[in-house]
Amino acid sequence: MSTGEGKGMDRRGFLRLAGLGALSAAAVPAGWDLLKPGAALAAGAGAPVAGRRYAMVVDARTGCPDGCRDCIGACNTTHNIPTFADEPDPRRHELKWIWQTSFHSAFPGNEQEFAREDLESKQVTVLCNHCQNPPCVRVCPTKATYQRPDGIVMMDFHRCIGCRFCMAGCPYGSRSFNWRDPWPRNAATGEPAKLPNPEYPTRMRGVVEKCTFCSERLDRGLQPACVEACKEKLLVFGDLHDAGSGVRALLKEHYTIRRKANLGTQPQVYYVIGA
Amino acid sequence: MLEKALSGSTRYRAWVGGLLLVILVGVGFYVRQFNEGLGITGMSRDVTWGFYIAQFTFLVGVAASAVMLVIPYYLHHYKAFGKITILGEFLAIGAVTMCLLFILADLGQPMRAMNVILHPTPNSVLFWDMVVLNGYLFLNLLVGWTTLTAEKKGLPSPKWIKPFIYLSVPWAVSIHTVTAFLYAGLPGRGFWLTAVMAPRFLTSAFAAGPALLILLALLVRKLTKFDPGKEQIQTLGTIVAYALPLNLFLLACEVFTVFYSNIPDHKLHFQYLYFGLHGHNALVPWMWTSVALAVGAVVLLVNPGTRRNETLLAWACGMTFVATWIDKGLGMISGGFVPNPLEEITEYWPTLPEALIALGIWAIGALIVTVLYKVAVAVREQELA
Amino acid sequence: MIYDKGKIFLGLAIFVALVASPFWYNPVFGTGKTAPPEPKLPKTATLCVLPKAQMRAGHMQVIYDWRETVVRGGGRMYRHPDGVEREMSLSNTCLKCHEGKKEFCNTCHTYLAVKPFCWDCHFDPKEQA
Repeated sequence: MSTGEGKGMDRRGFLRLAGLGALSAAAVPAGWDLLKPGAALAAGAGAPVAGRRYAMVVDARTGCPDGCRDCIGACNTTHNIPTFADEPDPRRHELKWIWQTSFHSAFPGNEQEFAREDLESKQVTVLCNHCQNPPCVRVCPTKATYQRPDGIVMMDFHRCIGCRFCMAGCPYGSRSFNWRDPWPRNAATGEPAKLPNPEYPTRMRGVVEKCTFCSERLDRGLQPACVEACKEKLLVFGDLHDAGSGVRALLKEHYTIRRKANLGTQPQVYYVIGA
Repeated sequence: MLEKALSGSTRYRAWVGGLLLVILVGVGFYVRQFNEGLGITGMSRDVTWGFYIAQFTFLVGVAASAVMLVIPYYLHHYKAFGKITILGEFLAIGAVTMCLLFILADLGQPMRAMNVILHPTPNSVLFWDMVVLNGYLFLNLLVGWTTLTAEKKGLPSPKWIKPFIYLSVPWAVSIHTVTAFLYAGLPGRGFWLTAVMAPRFLTSAFAAGPALLILLALLVRKLTKFDPGKEQIQTLGTIVAYALPLNLFLLACEVFTVFYSNIPDHKLHFQYLYFGLHGHNALVPWMWTSVALAVGAVVLLVNPGTRRNETLLAWACGMTFVATWIDKGLGMISGGFVPNPLEEITEYWPTLPEALIALGIWAIGALIVTVLYKVAVAVREQELA
Repeated sequence: MIYDKGKIFLGLAIFVALVASPFWYNPVFGTGKTAPPEPKLPKTATLCVLPKAQMRAGHMQVIYDWRETVVRGGGRMYRHPDGVEREMSLSNTCLKCHEGKKEFCNTCHTYLAVKPFCWDCHFDPKEQA
């Protein structure tokens, strides 16, 4: 919204324009993927559209340039995810929505003795798979985590009781729990520390959190923060039900694999491994 | 009847006072956990359930074992158990209460616990666990209290209680079956993904529960004028003598399937628990202790000569209890989380605050059982007088 | 016929006194009259989501409904009485007109000693520690 005001346009006019933009974008076959970043929330936006199926293709052929963690940094900043650098063992209470891990950890059981040498040393970007058949949703006793009609596995921080059944259920380790207050607070006022993104809330201790495919950004016509941040364009996001989408093009062009596809969870994050 | 628990010997009062002290310490640490979060426990992003959930799982078994008294007495008219059925039911009340408290202690947002009822979700096994645990608590309170009240008045139990007693039989099986389904239905956890989980839970329950009951019966005989009976204790011993080998048999079935199939997802967890994985072996001595104690107990229990010796029987029961407690209260949960689904290893060990909170809950259970047993025994002593 | 009549009535009296403490604590131990809160009203905007009286009594329900709608997928936009659609957002919409959490929200909440758990996660960007 502030973007609109910044352009010297009145709110009403801007929203009308944004709405038209979204409409015209939807009419173009390439559709949703083409919606330019930066567009503000369109009138009536925010409700998930049934019939869409959001997915991501991770191009893991070349791998990330050494030491690049742009996608992770963007995600952490966007969602106010702390690093717990002050803890003796930052890994123990770690919160992570997207991270990098070894090929072996990303695809246990897929390693081969004489495979391409770079595979073992390469880091693979992993995140919530937004499974079509998500075990975490199946086990949640309060519907705090649930699946939207567009396939996004959402997390309602307000309703979570912190039983962590979803964490036991997730076969990908994609869920994090707030073992403590994620950010220090002013003892007197209770206000949280200066957070990276003032437009996004923090969390209370005792709830589970996870990647939401940046649902709040999608509603504004933006791509997920990690996709936007990747300079090498190795992350591609879009609607699988849109035949002209970038994700469909990649799936058509390459043979892709998914993490632990044999479990029947139908992960919606696809990996291009070879040429 | 409850007033009978208000007076007692100095020893009784000292015991109750001691329990209250332990409870107080536990409550104190719980307040800290409530304010700071579950970060004060040893749990981590990789091992998300620990001591609390493990104790809950173990105690569901202890609670379910009351059925081992109800079935012979009410379904097979084994009259001898009429004397001690109440001890089983009252033990179940204490155990289920501990189960519920352990779940509550494990919640990140305990103030929202009622969301489970506010947003009921039948596809979640945890929802059903809540239903069956509370139902079982209610059934045992109702049956135990009604039959004891009738007995106090010297009357037979009212007829209307019978359906509830019969209902408690499948219900007892259900609490441990549903609890096993919490784990056995998860796709990414090879250690738990086994159809033998529920049967194994039941056999270990029917070993640990009656074993504890024998120890309590011997204690009741020693401390009060009420004697639960030699025959009763021996029959319970026979039940343990069947259940414990069955439990070991099911463990052996697991070991065969896992190692013969050679599937890493399933094998790695057993390797971690019994041999250690990549140098991580915190639980190895515990798991072998558990196996050794269980095998030793089987030898003492199956051999009629040693089983009939009450001192040796008591030892066998103690060994059974500790063996199954290690198996379920330590190994079962950690074993499922190590290694994690990415085959990374983070080991788990409870912290002091966590252990003291758990001890506090055990003390609450012990207090409930003490008070209820005091009432039951007082009624019995009154009959004797 | 009641045994221990004295003890029972004494116990009852203590119980009633404790239960009634909210009524007598301030007159007896209080430090005098507290001035009623005066939340700072927006300077520019004149129209809120609902009429003032309704907002005063039911803003928590409005915020709760917004929360359910936004988080659980019913949409993000709300048609304001002035005809403009605005985002349903506590930090990004409410606090745009109501200048500060401290001057507006906290004034009454502190007076009434309520601690809405909204602020466990949401915050006024201008007032971060």
